[in-house]
Amino acid sequence: MTAPARSYQVSHLDALEAESIFVMREVVAEMERPVLLFSGGKDSIVMLRLAQKAFAPANIPFPVMHVDTGHNFPEVLEYRDQRVTELGLHLIVASVPEALANGTVRESADGMRNRIQTPVLLEAVEKHRFDALFGGARRDEEKARAKERVFSFRDEFGQWDPKNQRPELWSLYNGRHHPGESIRVFPLSNWTELDVWHYIARERIPLPSIYYAHEREVIERDGMLYAVNEFFRPRAGEERFKARVRYRTVGDASCTAAVRSDADTVEKVIEEVAATRITERGATRGDDRVSEAAMEDRKREGYF
Amino acid sequence: MTAETIAAGAAEARPAGGPEARPMDLLRFATAGSVDDGKSTLIGRLLYDTKSLFTDQLAAVEAVSAARGDEYTNLALLTDGLRAEREQGITIDVAYRYFATPRRKFIIADTPGHIQYTRNMVTGASTADLALILVDARKGLVEQSRRHAFLCSLLRVPHLVLCVNKMDLVDYSQEVFERIADEFTAFAAKLDAPDLTVVPISALKGDNIVTRSENMPWYEGPSLLHHLERVHIASDRNLVDVRFPVQYVIRPQSTTVTDYRGYAGQVASGVLKPGDEVMVLPSGFTSRISSVETADGPVGEAFPPMSVTVRLADEIDISRGDMICRPNNAPAVSQDIEAMVCWMDETRPLRVGGKYAVKHTTRSARAIVRALHYRLDINTLHRDEAAGELKLNEIGRVRLRTTVPLLADEYRRNRTTGGFVIIDETTNRTVGAGMIVEAG
Repeated sequence: MTAPARSYQVSHLDALEAESIFVMREVVAEMERPVLLFSGGKDSIVMLRLAQKAFAPANIPFPVMHVDTGHNFPEVLEYRDQRVTELGLHLIVASVPEALANGTVRESADGMRNRIQTPVLLEAVEKHRFDALFGGARRDEEKARAKERVFSFRDEFGQWDPKNQRPELWSLYNGRHHPGESIRVFPLSNWTELDVWHYIARERIPLPSIYYAHEREVIERDGMLYAVNEFFRPRAGEERFKARVRYRTVGDASCTAAVRSDADTVEKVIEEVAATRITERGATRGDDRVSEAAMEDRKREGYF
Repeated sequence: MTAETIAAGAAEARPAGGPEARPMDLLRFATAGSVDDGKSTLIGRLLYDTKSLFTDQLAAVEAVSAARGDEYTNLALLTDGLRAEREQGITIDVAYRYFATPRRKFIIADTPGHIQYTRNMVTGASTADLALILVDARKGLVEQSRRHAFLCSLLRVPHLVLCVNKMDLVDYSQEVFERIADEFTAFAAKLDAPDLTVVPISALKGDNIVTRSENMPWYEGPSLLHHLERVHIASDRNLVDVRFPVQYVIRPQSTTVTDYRGYAGQVASGVLKPGDEVMVLPSGFTSRISSVETADGPVGEAFPPMSVTVRLADEIDISRGDMICRPNNAPAVSQDIEAMVCWMDETRPLRVGGKYAVKHTTRSARAIVRALHYRLDINTLHRDEAAGELKLNEIGRVRLRTTVPLLADEYRRNRTTGGFVIIDETTNRTVGAGMIVEAG
């Protein structure tokens, strides 16, 4: 807390931090088997920092889980493993490639693995009997998420029913559920992309290098820049070129695009985010472009 | 409204942040009104004029509007994100929206005007510092405006702003505005409503939204955004009554940190300092605060809404649901609770004799409804003492008996230690919201 003591005022970042810490403590106090979804993306990194703060000087009292699509950015995997080791966390990897090998899921026609992550996630939840899953989703990201609760109830199939959500009043969160059901918990609900970046700057939180400007071989498709790598092959006629880019979001490497950028420090990223006129998912996510309600449909199936 | 017309009206609100920005604070506000009042247009304009509305969002809304044959870009589509909402053209649920200016970050709880109106409005208002009520200048106050104002006063939202919208359609008439403002002010006085501000606006044309309108030189008050940015909210918090609901006990199982015992929680009200004499409820044991800590180190004092860890000089048995307060300023410790309850369940009504779970601060209990004194008609404020039940969206005064004592304050004095939710023990759904009138 950096609030000046006499004025009894707190900054918006302190207020958001206090709210998120409250939410995390509430889960640990009331739920039996929480887990934090950790992808190595900036939002889950911030969430992990908040978890450290919520329980200090004790260790983070729950494991972290990565739903691994197999389409990873190597810088992000490296970061994930480094954080896990530093903090002495227990990491569970729910692996899409393994599920493909076992035949529990099938590769979709377009090769995108966003949709087939969901059954893999739900299987891991069932196997480990998790009853609370922390996710880094924010309400400002997407219109379906704007209607999401902080404590979001999921039935035994992991489904979200947007028309049947529990009213959420004051800071009284209802985590009650029957066996097999679970609660998705979103401590960053009220944070915006800019808040996340201001917090990263204030707390000096290291991030995977791909969040900052770097040179990369890309192609342009549907107005977005995709890195050419083993998971993403240019189509005939798509021209490869070098560009200075950074990632605004980090997801599956086959459907996450980069943006042109010279922002190679956190301060420059903040300036850029403050000036940008396109939402982060709109600028970088091929998976949201399927339809107007692509996110809602995925969420109903159990996606975050 | 099209992107161009909004853009043409866009004023000089700088985007939030930037390394040079000074610390901003946070204001949560709830909006009430229907699409007809121009609420979505107003929100769209606030987002647009503060550069919080993105071109891809606007393009998506324009495309959907065009495909549906709407005559103007329907900004309601920005907030109506769900498939069913778009299909039916209605807003189902509270949507949260965010924008910021260099002074403040704003969280809007946008509550729908029609469906499940009371439930959503109560939900949105429960955390709001300010409520914004819209009326159409051509229509003046309607039943719904009074209902909005009543619910805001019931939920003790500290600041109320009445926006008299569509002033462009009444030739920016001072007389029209003043008639509506006077009528509303008189009504609000009866409600024991808090701080009230009335602003004449045109959300569509941008009058008095960001800057003062030249079309209404007779209006001497602030623009809406100016008011939202500057309304003083720091003193809305209760800094007098020390209330620290214990949320979680931190006891590291570690070889490096031994004998540590800290009580984690968020300060509900009051100011806690090392050295303060405190009392722990419900046990009544007293001790002294040895330190107030955060992960970043000890702090000299803690106040709302800080999340901290409090350590005491003596070893006493304290667990989640207990409350740290001052020996000479404590909440009631009582199993008998008088409260106003808003019922939120469509399937089963509240009835006398019904048993429920209750969550109040960090404490959970079971409760039985001992009495339903009356049901309140929120349009007329008439008390129906013959009512036998509370159905969805109905509000009434009830008496509850709880299995364990609640550590309770009057809601009007403390929104955190005075509010509770009622949960159906079979469905686990949140079925009611309670505001304590009296405990003990």
